[in-house]
Amino acid sequence: MIRTLQNPKPYTNAFKAFIITYFVFLFAPLVVTMVLAFNNSMFPSLPWKGFTLDWFFGDGPEKYGIFKDATNLRSIGVSFRVAIAVMILSTILGTCAAFLFEHEEFRFKNALYFLMIAPLVIPGVILGISILMFANTIGLAIENLFGIYVKFLGPGFWLVVLGQSSFISTIVALVVIARLRKFDRTLEEAAYNLGANRFQVLWFITLRYLRPAIIGGAAMAFLMSFENFNTTIFLTGSQATLPINLYLQVRDGSTPVINAISFLLIVGTSVIAVFNLSKGNKAVP
Amino acid sequence: MMKSNKKAFNAGFVLFFLPVFLWLFLLVVLPHLELLRLSFSGSGRAGDTGFTLKNYAAFFKEPIYWLTFVRTAMYSILVTILVIAIALPVAFYITKLARVKTVGFLMIMLMVPFWVSELIRVYGWIILLRESGVLNKLFVSIGLFKEPIELLYNDATMIMGLVYTSMLFMIVPVIGVMEDLDDSLIEAAYDLGASRIAIWRTIIIPHCMPGIVSGGIIVFMLVLGSYLTPNLMGGKNSLWFTEQIYNQIILYFNWNQGAAFGFLLLVLSSLIIWVLLKLTRQSLKEVVK
Repeated sequence: MIRTLQNPKPYTNAFKAFIITYFVFLFAPLVVTMVLAFNNSMFPSLPWKGFTLDWFFGDGPEKYGIFKDATNLRSIGVSFRVAIAVMILSTILGTCAAFLFEHEEFRFKNALYFLMIAPLVIPGVILGISILMFANTIGLAIENLFGIYVKFLGPGFWLVVLGQSSFISTIVALVVIARLRKFDRTLEEAAYNLGANRFQVLWFITLRYLRPAIIGGAAMAFLMSFENFNTTIFLTGSQATLPINLYLQVRDGSTPVINAISFLLIVGTSVIAVFNLSKGNKAVP
Repeated sequence: MMKSNKKAFNAGFVLFFLPVFLWLFLLVVLPHLELLRLSFSGSGRAGDTGFTLKNYAAFFKEPIYWLTFVRTAMYSILVTILVIAIALPVAFYITKLARVKTVGFLMIMLMVPFWVSELIRVYGWIILLRESGVLNKLFVSIGLFKEPIELLYNDATMIMGLVYTSMLFMIVPVIGVMEDLDDSLIEAAYDLGASRIAIWRTIIIPHCMPGIVSGGIIVFMLVLGSYLTPNLMGGKNSLWFTEQIYNQIILYFNWNQGAAFGFLLLVLSSLIIWVLLKLTRQSLKEVVK
């Protein structure tokens, strides 16, 4: 039954076969995608026609590799800028929320806490459209009242950043709260007794203690922003992020350039993820 | 000590409270109120303004809308159940059967694929399964298939894809609770002659219930609100409700209709989550911990 008990051979073997099947199922699409990025063929499929790096570096006329593909490169740039902005904003908001809910007492605390975790159970599509509609209404109202067009309230970079941060901040908050719970508050008292003021205590004691959780939360925020589709699709303007851009290409037929991008993304996210996991952060993406 | 810090304490409170309040108010509360307001108003074109129920009436009048809605809800429940059925044995193997040395490695192997964007995972399945895809070429060349078969674009494949993309959100919480299950309980039951089924039914599953519920909520919500997987893996007539919302807002530019659909989806997801919490006597606060 479990490892400390005598188990009949067929039982353990059947279980092992199940787990192996499961991992094959888990990795098959990723491995195939990565391998076919190096296939010297016009289509991301078999047969294998030999190894090539053209889908990374090729510059035409038949094969344009990812590093020569202006549209895809631009969308990668957009995604990077969005992800960095979201990371900064949601790390600040999430950390503030962690302090607020763990260390402060105030009326309606439970109600506010409930509001904070609500974005986790609201489908991303709905967050996207409601923020789009709200920003639009505010934008129209300002235009009617003052005759000024506020650019960042229209679909585009800042709306994407705000929309993604609305739920990613919650994730960061939960990660930081988990660590803050284990914090020994007598350390703060000791610092006060030694004459530190509140901000010194915050900076030198508490934030120092929270650093692994904050870095882990920030890494998570970066990855979640980089791959977000459901909320972003409604908020993006003329500058598409990478997932949006890839979606359009996959929908309308694909070339192995997408495999090359996938290869880079899989390797990149795996490195960040393994780094994050080895730091001991609980890694629910 | 506390008294002399009173003033600084308040300043600290404001420092934390203000950003959080602005975030929750401007990005969560007000947008959803606006969604609700728009869903009850006319399109504004040609004097069509003011309070109206026609956006909701359209939902109930057009069978395609509410059928898609019911279909989406049913399939989301089905996917959640399938995910539970797969996650329990996987979590059990990792926490109770695998050699202790390999557990850390298995955990990393389990999680890494889920950090990769959903789009890439779906794309992987597309190039595996489509008519000119890898599996078809493979099976035809070894003579298993006489000619290529379209394995993509049907409901079964879509369900498989949804299970694949949401599985981890069940496995991680279930592993979390299963780790706390004392092995000696299982040993005792085993020594007293309990069958495997009895051990699962009376010890393991009841113990894992909190993990199953929190995983279930997240999985259900993700599946219900997913767009990419049904859109790219489902067939032409396998509509998902999020696609209806997308069509109304992006294609027809009918925001009010889209708002009504969005609000209905929100009500549905909240309702099912609420029922699940009531049935299992848990609170949302504990579930997301």
